[in-house]
Amino acid sequence: MSWKIWSLKKSPWVFHVNVGACNNCDIEIVNCLTPKFDVERFGIKLVGSPRHADALLVTGVGTRQAAVRLREVYRQTAKPCVVFLIGACPCGTGIFHTGYHVEGPVDKILKDEDPNAIIAYVPGCPPKPEAIISGVVKALSVL
Amino acid sequence: MSEPLQNVFWLLLFPGLVFTLIIGLAASWIVRKVSALVQWRVGPPLYQPLVDIIKLTGKEILIPIQAQQTIFIMAPIVGLSSMILLSTLLWRIIIAPSEIFIGDVIVAIYLMIMPSLALILGSSASASPHAAIGAGREMKLVMGYELPMVLAFIVVIIKTGGQLGLASIAGYTPVFSISGFLAFLVSLLAIQAKLGFVPFDIAEAETELGSGVLMEYSGALLALWKIMQAMMLVAFPLFLVIMFLGGFGTTGAQLWAGIGKFVIVLVLVILIKNTNPRVRIDQAMKFFWVYCGLISAIAVALAIIGSLYGISWL
Repeated sequence: MSWKIWSLKKSPWVFHVNVGACNNCDIEIVNCLTPKFDVERFGIKLVGSPRHADALLVTGVGTRQAAVRLREVYRQTAKPCVVFLIGACPCGTGIFHTGYHVEGPVDKILKDEDPNAIIAYVPGCPPKPEAIISGVVKALSVL
Repeated sequence: MSEPLQNVFWLLLFPGLVFTLIIGLAASWIVRKVSALVQWRVGPPLYQPLVDIIKLTGKEILIPIQAQQTIFIMAPIVGLSSMILLSTLLWRIIIAPSEIFIGDVIVAIYLMIMPSLALILGSSASASPHAAIGAGREMKLVMGYELPMVLAFIVVIIKTGGQLGLASIAGYTPVFSISGFLAFLVSLLAIQAKLGFVPFDIAEAETELGSGVLMEYSGALLALWKIMQAMMLVAFPLFLVIMFLGGFGTTGAQLWAGIGKFVIVLVLVILIKNTNPRVRIDQAMKFFWVYCGLISAIAVALAIIGSLYGISWL
């Protein structure tokens, strides 16, 4: 394993992108930072700029307005980076499947931008903080 | 060893870059761990700051198309090199007090402004509106804290009878007098603002500016900024220890006393960081100019009276 991947797994800084979520998944993500779950134990830190980020936490269905911004944010993220889709909406558009405002599943939008994007899925509506942590750990262990 | 070679050794290995960086990474781990304990969390493992820097070195460097590229790349190097100079100067004063030059306290005060100036340059060159707001705030903050801080250092110079060499200042403990204690408080708050810690992290404001001044930096350039901040965490408390608390020994009990003083200053900074909300830029300016400026001026007056009439506790 190269030192780049090893250090990435030991300190993944995350940037939170909301592309049309109902705010439930966002609250669960913030929940992970609270004293009960404390993801800083694993070096995970919430950063304010996509240029500092190693992982994008995407929540929401991927609306037509937000898809443009999602592509922009993905281009601004310093590679190598991982994308985590948190919740049922980004994984498969959920109950908004036939909505007029939906551009498509978020993984499709990202694959358009970069066919080699590394994408991990954490389904749930919303996923529990335990599920998010478990998903992140599983995804990082196969990296 | 020939002299240029020895200077390079001092600057890059011991006591300059590598040695200070190791202590600085440990200090930034202490900052994160104590913050976590204050918030009833577990906190990161000991190697976390080192892994962060290794990871940033391996990442892609993105430079905005509209950025002024030369300044954008040079700014972190300028900031880091001034911190290397400052930390080498301070450690050399501790290790070999007889080899220094007179007036190094003025050189140290100038070198302490350099990281802020480098931050302002780098963020102005990065062509981002958030970074521009951050640069403006950093500029106002520098103008705010420089005056009371320099006044506080003048108190030390008066109390020590006009000494301008850090090695001779280190022989006194001005903090055990009224004016010296007031000056110590003011310069502690100024150090807080210089380090960019919470009541005065207005320029970096994660929640409103998205890490402000550092916003457009990524990869190895961001790692340079992080290394500079880790070294600031050693050099600035060390400067306060030398100025106010009677310096740092190199042998036995004096060494442990020095480490204890350093840790006390560091923990004071961390506790101020964890018990205060962020202030607005106008509140910070008012705080530094009106309150801290007034306290510094009173301290200078007390110190002059004390030295005129020979009252050592004033």
